[in-house]
Order: sequence, then structure tokens, then C-alpha cells
Amino acid sequence: MDTCIQKIREIAGDLLEKGEVERVIGFAEGSIPMATSPVAISTKEDAQKLCFSSTCGLNLANYASKEKGKKIAVVAKGCDSRNLVTHIVENQIDRDNLYIIGVPCPGMVDKFKIAAEMGGEITGFEEAGDTLIVSTVDDKKELNKQDYLRHNCSLCTHKNPVLFDVLVGEEVEEQQLDNAYPDVDAIEALTADGRWKHFEELTQNCIRCYACRNACPLCYCPTCFVDESGPQWVGKGQDKTDVDTFHFLRAFHCAGRCTDCGACVEACPMGINVRDFTRKLNKDAQDMFGWEAGLTIDKRPPLDAYSPDDPNDFIK
Amino acid sequence: MGNLLEHMGIEKDRVHFSWISSAEATKFVDVVKEISDKVKALGPNKKFVKDYS
Repeated sequence: MDTCIQKIREIAGDLLEKGEVERVIGFAEGSIPMATSPVAISTKEDAQKLCFSSTCGLNLANYASKEKGKKIAVVAKGCDSRNLVTHIVENQIDRDNLYIIGVPCPGMVDKFKIAAEMGGEITGFEEAGDTLIVSTVDDKKELNKQDYLRHNCSLCTHKNPVLFDVLVGEEVEEQQLDNAYPDVDAIEALTADGRWKHFEELTQNCIRCYACRNACPLCYCPTCFVDESGPQWVGKGQDKTDVDTFHFLRAFHCAGRCTDCGACVEACPMGINVRDFTRKLNKDAQDMFGWEAGLTIDKRPPLDAYSPDDPNDFIK
Repeated sequence: MGNLLEHMGIEKDRVHFSWISSAEATKFVDVVKEISDKVKALGPNKKFVKDYS
């Protein structure tokens, strides 16, 4: 991991010094342990701020589309690279203005799970290969990283960047899954009332902060439907129906585009697994169109293209 | 969209999709009959309903 950080800093510094890019978007250490934050740097000296660890769970493609027209470089994990591909396909970024610093991803850790395990406030977090050394004021534990991976990372089959200009580490082995959607299957197995209850309970703590939307690279609309007032598509309060409408519609806007990067869940302060909505659409995209988002810049997404073979048995 | 609604627990028979030409009066009647029969069988919907009272 350390050599990978060194390489990221070298490449970023080099690109900025030569003026090949105006900005480099990457991760920097946060003010408290495990809270790495996205950063945009524009000088060679600042390249030393860049870091990478198993806590870099946000998706940097989200920030790339906000620098339109500028030449930028982005530090990209597998999922970030897939969202950069999606941005290129959706004309949000020009490939020529983009330099992708690819990072083969070892998987990101679930901060809620680690916090629950440790109990108290976490004062230190270090990594040594697959071992996480986490400390609180009066405790120190060594945890096996594989037990604390985020759910989406444990099911990830695209750890290596799909599109990149340079790789900063050896490619990691991709896992083969017999069933990529066990969680969706579990919900599907419930009765209609059971499923409704599941989603009611899932969103009951939602405070409508929209952190999930803000962290999502797909949510780049200049005015989000929840912020519009004429017409007002959805009520703005805590009414349960409005909360569910927000989650339902936001998920649907991600149909055939979501890369399951987990940024929405990472950003949620209430620990809501927002992915329960989007995962169903990912599974449908796979089943109906054989589509996984963000794998190639040469194909149009299924909801963007017509084919006579499109499934249409839902229509009478 | 129908699939995601069904996934969230809205019964499949509540949401119908159809393409009917203005010249297909009989098809329109058939589809409306089918929809109203299926929805009647399910009874009133309690999910995704906003209470304004």
C-alpha cells in the first residue's frame, strides 16, 4: 500500500509540474482516523497530501464531473473507473481531458462495523496487509480485514480499474461469484408485505440529508427532482411516503448506471443500506440486458438504446 | 420500474403497462376490465399512500 501511495504522489506531482493536468483529484487523510476525504490539488507540493487506504470509500468520479472543461487527473479504484466510464458515455467528461491514475483495489472497510466492534471512539487505525490495527483510548485490536469489508466490496468483481492511463500497483485477482446478488434474492423471497416492511424499516431513520445523493457520481443533475419547487415532485418533510418516494425515484434514476460503488452507503450518517434499492435494478439490468454499468466506453447503456430484442413482456 | 415497485412490496397486479392505439377501442376496454378486476381482487392499497389528514 505504501509503494502505491508513493507512486500516486509521484505521478500526481509529475503531472502537475509538467502542466499536463490542472488538478488531481484524490484522497487525503482526514482530521480523525478512518476519515479520509476527497481532495483536489493543483501544486506539486500538495501531492504529498495524497493518500490511499482501505477507508477511501467515496467515489472520486463524483468530483471529476464538477471540473468540466479542465484537464484533470483522478485517482480511481475499480468502481471509480467504472463511474468515469459512465461519465464519458454520458458526455459528462471528455476522455481527452481526463488522466486516470488507476489503483487496483484491495476492498474498502465498513466503518460502522468496525465502530460497533470497538465500542468507544476510534483513536488510531493502521493497516498491515490484511490486518487492521484499530485502537480506542483503552483498547487495541487486530482485526482481519476480510471480516470487515463493506458488503459491496465483498461482492465486487471489478477491483481492477477498467479504464486507466497508469496503474500504481499490481493488478489484484478478481473473484468469481456463483451468485452476485444473494441479498436481492433474500428480499425477493419475502412476501409482498414482508418486502414492504423491509423497506419501511430500512428507511425509517432517514433524515433526508441527501448525503447519498451528494456522494453519488450518477447524481449530477443541475437541479435534483427533490429540490424542484415547480412542480414539486415530492414533499420535503419527514413524511414516510415522501422519504420512500425520494429513495425509490433516486434509485430508479440510477437504473442501468449504478456500479454498486457503495458511496451512498459510505456517506449515510444513519447507516442505511441504500443499496437495497439500487441492487435490485443492477440485478434486473444483468438479467434483462446482460448489462453491468461502466465496463466499456464503446457501448450505449440499455436504457439509452433501443433494440428489437429488448424484453417487453411487461407490456400488454 | 414495475420490478422495483414489486421489489418494494407493491403487488404486481396494481401496476400495469400497456400500449393502446386510439383505434383499438376493444383492446382498451379489455385492458381496463382486466386492470379493475385485478385491483379489486387485491383490495384498497395501503402502501405508498400519503396521509394528508
